[in-house]
Parts: sequence; structure tokens; C-alpha cells
Amino acid sequence: MTALLEIDGVSKRFGGLEAVQSLSFTVEQRHILGLIGPNGAGKSTVFNLINGVIAPDGGCIRFRGIDITGAPPYRVARHGLARTHQIVQPFMAMTVLDNCTVGAAFGCQNLPLARARETAHEMAALVGLEDRLDTPAAQLTIAAKKRLELARALSARPSLLLLDEVLAGLNPTEIERMIAIIRVIRERGIAILIIEHVMQAVMSLSDRIVVLNSGRKLTEGPPAEVAGNPAVIEAYLGDPGLAEKLRSRPR
Amino acid sequence: MILRRPFFWIIAVVILLFVTAPTLGNDVELRESLLLAAVYVTLASNLNMMLGYAGYVNFGSIVFFGLGGYFCVYFVSALGWTLVPATLAGGGAVCLLALLFGLGILRLRGAYFALATIGVNEAVMAFVTNFAPWGGATGIYLSSELFQPLGGPARALWIIYYALVGVMGSSLYLSYFVKVSKFGLGLLAIGQNEDAAAVLGVPTPRYKALLYAVSAFLPAIAGGLYFFKGAFIQPADAFDLQLSTEAIVITMLGGQGTVAGPALGAYLYEELRGWLLTSATLSNFQLVVAGALLLVVVLFAPGGLIGWVHRRWPRLRRVLE
Repeated sequence: MTALLEIDGVSKRFGGLEAVQSLSFTVEQRHILGLIGPNGAGKSTVFNLINGVIAPDGGCIRFRGIDITGAPPYRVARHGLARTHQIVQPFMAMTVLDNCTVGAAFGCQNLPLARARETAHEMAALVGLEDRLDTPAAQLTIAAKKRLELARALSARPSLLLLDEVLAGLNPTEIERMIAIIRVIRERGIAILIIEHVMQAVMSLSDRIVVLNSGRKLTEGPPAEVAGNPAVIEAYLGDPGLAEKLRSRPR
Repeated sequence: MILRRPFFWIIAVVILLFVTAPTLGNDVELRESLLLAAVYVTLASNLNMMLGYAGYVNFGSIVFFGLGGYFCVYFVSALGWTLVPATLAGGGAVCLLALLFGLGILRLRGAYFALATIGVNEAVMAFVTNFAPWGGATGIYLSSELFQPLGGPARALWIIYYALVGVMGSSLYLSYFVKVSKFGLGLLAIGQNEDAAAVLGVPTPRYKALLYAVSAFLPAIAGGLYFFKGAFIQPADAFDLQLSTEAIVITMLGGQGTVAGPALGAYLYEELRGWLLTSATLSNFQLVVAGALLLVVVLFAPGGLIGWVHRRWPRLRRVLE
């Protein structure tokens, strides 16, 4: 069985900056892949390359075996690939239900309006927004807007969901709630590619982790292995010896 | 279903009033006033689909009206067509031209798009002014004999009035059906956040081009009827940016993004204009008032009259859509 998403030698350069350099990795069906790395490592650029917001300079991106390299976002979405944004982008003047209906109507299944509304209703309920259906998105709290962003992406019935820092800016209670939702999504058989800075969360959620640094893949492996890798700790903390020092520090 | 929505029937009642009110008393003065109102409603409703739904400010929407007028008048005078095929063919031709312009300028956003729409209008006007088959700067005059197939001038004016009311009604229903359709939902999403809409799967370039073409059709037909009625067309009248601006004021005043707003705004504006025009000292004074109104609306009631009504009485949202 082929991988759901294959990134093959993808590069992107912004002027003199090599934002992503011949990056390759795959996301398997039903898996959660964590994409981590320090600020500026190119994680969000990778997301933008995958869903077509920007086109890569080189390399190939295949989704369900179809070449989607450089395809516009609306075509990528139709193939069943949905994403959330690091900075939430709700349709502010639209209600929660209408926001999700857009996702359902124009998503993977290309539903007519009435059926799109049913799906939207279901997904809003999944993230706990069922009693805010008629509320304009602008009136939601940040935490609720993040859940709306998730519900809207899910309404498209994707087979792969890209989550860009859905936990950032949430308090511990809200983080717990969001993690529970992500687990439910995974149980539904949706593969997830997640960018996250909350390490504990990404380590416990992910099946595998890819570490990016300055646009290159630093390493890849199961969470426990990556967490213990000195090169990874160095990339985050900047001191080659710091890993040793931390490990030998008496508890 | 759509037939159960009260607003569907409100539109029907408005059309019925436009038809019966001047007919009953054979009131020619009222007919002329309502004819202008119908033109304003048509222009504003179609502009509203661009401005209110998709959030694209079209300052040059009048180019559709003017081109429609030119095609119709040309087909009638030079090719000897009758009114109905001439207006319909004019509408179709303008629709295609709009699709062509749209593919060019719809890559632009915000202020740049707005400027480009003025550019399109000015470019078309300059072209027509130098286009000999369309009479150049002097324009085209129609002989009054061309009214004969419609039963003479007096009867022709009534027929054109009814036709324009039909175009107005079609504009309102089109505006309404687009709004409650999937196409409309996609347009509203584009209006709110175009990038997010594309990420969710809304085919933004296709939808925008389609909208630009669709919103050109009925204004072009209205232009054909309007200039046929006047029996004269020249570039300065056909591509008058003032009418474009008035359409924007009307849409904002009534409530952009709603179906009822542009209609209400158009009617009120026409009443206001008629009232201010009765004084000779203040010719074109309606423009001063229009400017002031636009300022007041933008500053204090961005949702316009209907937006204000919706906020005041939320239950009316389901009635006045």
C-alpha cells in the first residue's frame, strides 16, 4: 500500500533564503506525523507547499498517488486534503454553521447545500460548538475560533488534515480539550500532519516525528528516539553540550 | 423550499406594484419615475452581487449598461433587428466581453481592482468615441419609425416600461437565488477571506469570472431598453461614471450584501432625486446629498438601512433577506 502523502525532494527559495531544501518524507494512512523544529525552520512553508498556497521550485508532492505539485489550493482541497491556519482565518461575519458549510460544500465530497449543512452540523458538534451554530464567528473566543477552524477543515471530510499549531495560545484546560478532539479525529481514520510547539502534546500524539532545521530534515523517527537525539536538542537550544548537561543534571 | 420563504413573495408583490401603480391611472409621470427606479434597482442589485457578496468594489459597473445600450441600438438601427433579439443579443455579447475583461482584471484585489474597473470603463468609452460604425463621438440616433413595430411611440413607451420592470424583477430574483445557492455561499466566503475560501476548496478564479459575467447580463439588457427608449446614444451618456457612483451609493445606503437593500436604496434614491430636481436652483443637488449620505452610511451604519433593521429587529432577518 502506498503512502497517503509523499513529499519527494521538495525545495523552495525566497530570494536568497533557502526556506525548504530537498525535503522528503511520507505520511502513512491513519497515522499522525509530527513536524517540529525551531522558529523559522520552514514548517509553515512546508504546509503552504503541500496545499498549494505556494508552488515549490523543485521536487514532487503526491497525494493518494496523484501528483499535486503546484496545484492551486482549491484543487488540492477537492482531493481530500484540509488544513488549519496558525493564525485562525474564520469568515468573521458568517455564523459557525455557515463557516463549516463552506468547508463541507466545497470539500472532498462536493456536497449540495442541504447535505453540506448536515455535515457542518455534525462537525461543529464534534468540536463542541453545537450550541453556537448561529453565532457569528467574530464573536467567538480565540479557543472557540481554533475549534471552529478545525471543524471547518473536518467538514470537508478530508483523508489528511494539516494542523498548524492548533494548541498555540490555549490554556492548559483548552489544550487538553483540543488533544481529546485530535484523538477522536484520528480514531475516525483521518491521517494528521501536525506542526506543534507544545512538545509534550506532539510527543504523545505522534506516531512519527520529522525534525526540520533551516529548511532541511534534521532527523526522523519515533517520538522517543527523536527526543533523545542530541542534534535535535542542539537545534532547539543551540549548545552542543547542553544535552549532556541536562541529562547528567541531578533531579 | 424557496416558495415557502416570505421574501420570494415580497419580490413578487414589489413587481406587481410596479406594474399596476402607473397602469391603473394611466399615470405617465409616475411611470417615468418608476422606470428610472427600475433601472437603478437593476444596476444596484447586479452591482451588489460583486460588491456585497464577493467584496469586489466595481466602480465601472456602468460599462455593462452602456455597452448593452450600444449593441442594442446598433443592432436595431444598422441591422434592422427588432427590440427583443437586439436586447438579448446585446446582453449576451456584453456577458462574453465581461468574461474577457474579468479574466484580465480579477487577479487584482482591493483598491487595485477598483481602479482597474474605472480603467475598463474609460478604455471602452475611448474606444467607442473613436469607433465609426457606432457613430464615434456623435453617437447613434434612432428614427421614430422604429417604434412602429411596437404600435407607435405611446404604446412603445409602456412596453419598454413593462420590459424594464421585468428586468428589475429578474435582477431581484437572480440576486436572491444566487444568495441562497452554493455559488452564493462560495461568493460570500470569497468576500470574507479569499485565501481561506480557496484553501477550503472554493474555486475562486472561476467563481469570480462567472460572477463578473453574470452581473453584466441584466444591466446590459436594461441599457438596451433604456437607450432604445431615448432613441439616442452617445459615449458620454452611455459610460457616465456618475451613474456608476450612484449605484454604489444606492447599494451602500440600502445595505450591501442583502437582496432587499439595493432595491430599497434605489427606490429611496430615485424619490430623493425627483424631489430635489423640482428646484431649478439646485440642479444635480442629489449628488451632494448622495455624497453626504454615503459618508453617513459608511461611518455610522456600514450595513446600510437593511443592516440597521436586521440589528434592531433580528427576527426580520428571515423576512427581509
